Amino acid sequence: MGNLSKQQIEELAKHLEDAELQAYEVTKITDDFPDMTYKDAFDIQWEIRRSKEARGHKIVGMKMGLTSWAKMAQMGVEKPCYGFLADYFSIPDGGQIKLDELIHPKVEAELAFVTKAPLVGPGVHIGDVLRATDFVMPAVEIIDSRYKDFKFDLKSVIADNSSSSRFVAGGTMARPEDLDLKNLGVVMEINGEVVQLGAGAAVLGHPASSVAMLANMLAERGEHIPAGTFIMIGAITAAVHVNKGDSFCVRYQGLGTVSGKFV
Amino acid sequence: MNKQQIQTCGDELYNALIQRHTVKPLTQRFNDISIEDAYHISLRMVERRVQAGAKIIGKKIGVTSKAVQTMLNVHQPDFGYLTHDMAYSQGEEMSISEKLIQPKAEGEIAFILKKDLIGPGITNADVLAATDCVIPCFEIVDSRIEDWKIKIQDTVADNASCGLFVLGDKAVCPSKVDLSTCGMVVEKNGQIISTGAGAAALGSPVNCVTWLANTLGQFGIPLKAGEVILSGSLVPLEPVKAGDFMSVSIGGIGNASVRFV
Repeated sequence: MGNLSKQQIEELAKHLEDAELQAYEVTKITDDFPDMTYKDAFDIQWEIRRSKEARGHKIVGMKMGLTSWAKMAQMGVEKPCYGFLADYFSIPDGGQIKLDELIHPKVEAELAFVTKAPLVGPGVHIGDVLRATDFVMPAVEIIDSRYKDFKFDLKSVIADNSSSSRFVAGGTMARPEDLDLKNLGVVMEINGEVVQLGAGAAVLGHPASSVAMLANMLAERGEHIPAGTFIMIGAITAAVHVNKGDSFCVRYQGLGTVSGKFV
Repeated sequence: MNKQQIQTCGDELYNALIQRHTVKPLTQRFNDISIEDAYHISLRMVERRVQAGAKIIGKKIGVTSKAVQTMLNVHQPDFGYLTHDMAYSQGEEMSISEKLIQPKAEGEIAFILKKDLIGPGITNADVLAATDCVIPCFEIVDSRIEDWKIKIQDTVADNASCGLFVLGDKAVCPSKVDLSTCGMVVEKNGQIISTGAGAAALGSPVNCVTWLANTLGQFGIPLKAGEVILSGSLVPLEPVKAGDFMSVSIGGIGNASVRFV
């Protein structure tokens, strides 16, 4: 059940999307709307999505957020969330990310699943996900909360499209049966120095369980994951703050590297 | 430190190991103890073990990961000796009350050598060429120093805080696995407690073995064919107690597990 009116949802969506597009911080919205519900939060996110599509942007994928214990501990929340990826979020591998377009970005090492069959929750499990997966590829997400000092609660971050801002997909693909996704190692380097390490299991015990959770969360709104969807599973490592001039390179066991530079 | 002090400290640590008690940090008692002194103390400690019938079967490298370096507030690796009575096999129970004092578990990659490595001048290529296989491993570190209040000299003197180790169920040729990116997942009593990857140990476990071969080379000590080399933890140390079950899996290599009683 929601506690916000349609008009309030639209105003808050515009408030948060303006902050994203013009790269400025806002206070977390639950400060002003303490009674808002999770449904309200998702309604705001879906309103931002609708408004981007209405302006001609294409939605190119979905993302899970706060799926690792490292991230949940870092942000002080107990549950994962999801967001959408718009076309202009995509940066080519080895490309440049314009820091001035963002507020206080952080880099996260992730994996992405691309589906070949629809996943319709509730009740989707890891077996369904592996069967519906066309291939897995390495991906890096650049998250950027619109909230002051990157501080938020779960409802505020859901409304803010789960801090989505940019992503870089790598050029290596592999079928899930050819990977040991749970033990797949990830090494993140910033300017050549190893700063974060982890393995696939850091994401909800197994990367595929993140995709299953997305399908089941979408089902609560009568939505599903269509075939051909690109899904980022959430961070395997803690998010790392970056500055202008920093370059990153994430090395994946058996899946090559993903790199980029902040300019 | 003079020879007599070094021998006394080595004997004291050996007795602490055998009788399972801790001693006050050496660095609190000997202001001028150098890392070289500490290695001489550890040599005395291992000499006593050998006199008592232990056989040296390999070496361990410690303090290789940023996590461990931060935890111990030191900034260089160290090494210790492995004796035959430290080695446990997969499925064997480890008795804390009989063998250990204040144990912590570390997930590691063990190297088994097929050729001698004699530093200095050893490169990663030499290490890979000399490695027969790599095996998943839990090292159970333990400190004979009170409450783990160790500085680098304390842990070096105490055989690099080595306790026991268990080798896992699979041996893999190093050419079959990317040792720098291979992932590690550690579970305690069925719950995932940490993940890491090979690069956590000095950028790669291979770098650690190279460091050891070159460091020991300065003292004229070779790494020998057939030896087990524990290359350093890839995850934070985890304290364990009787009843705990620890399991580690390494991408492309395999698993190791150990039950404490």
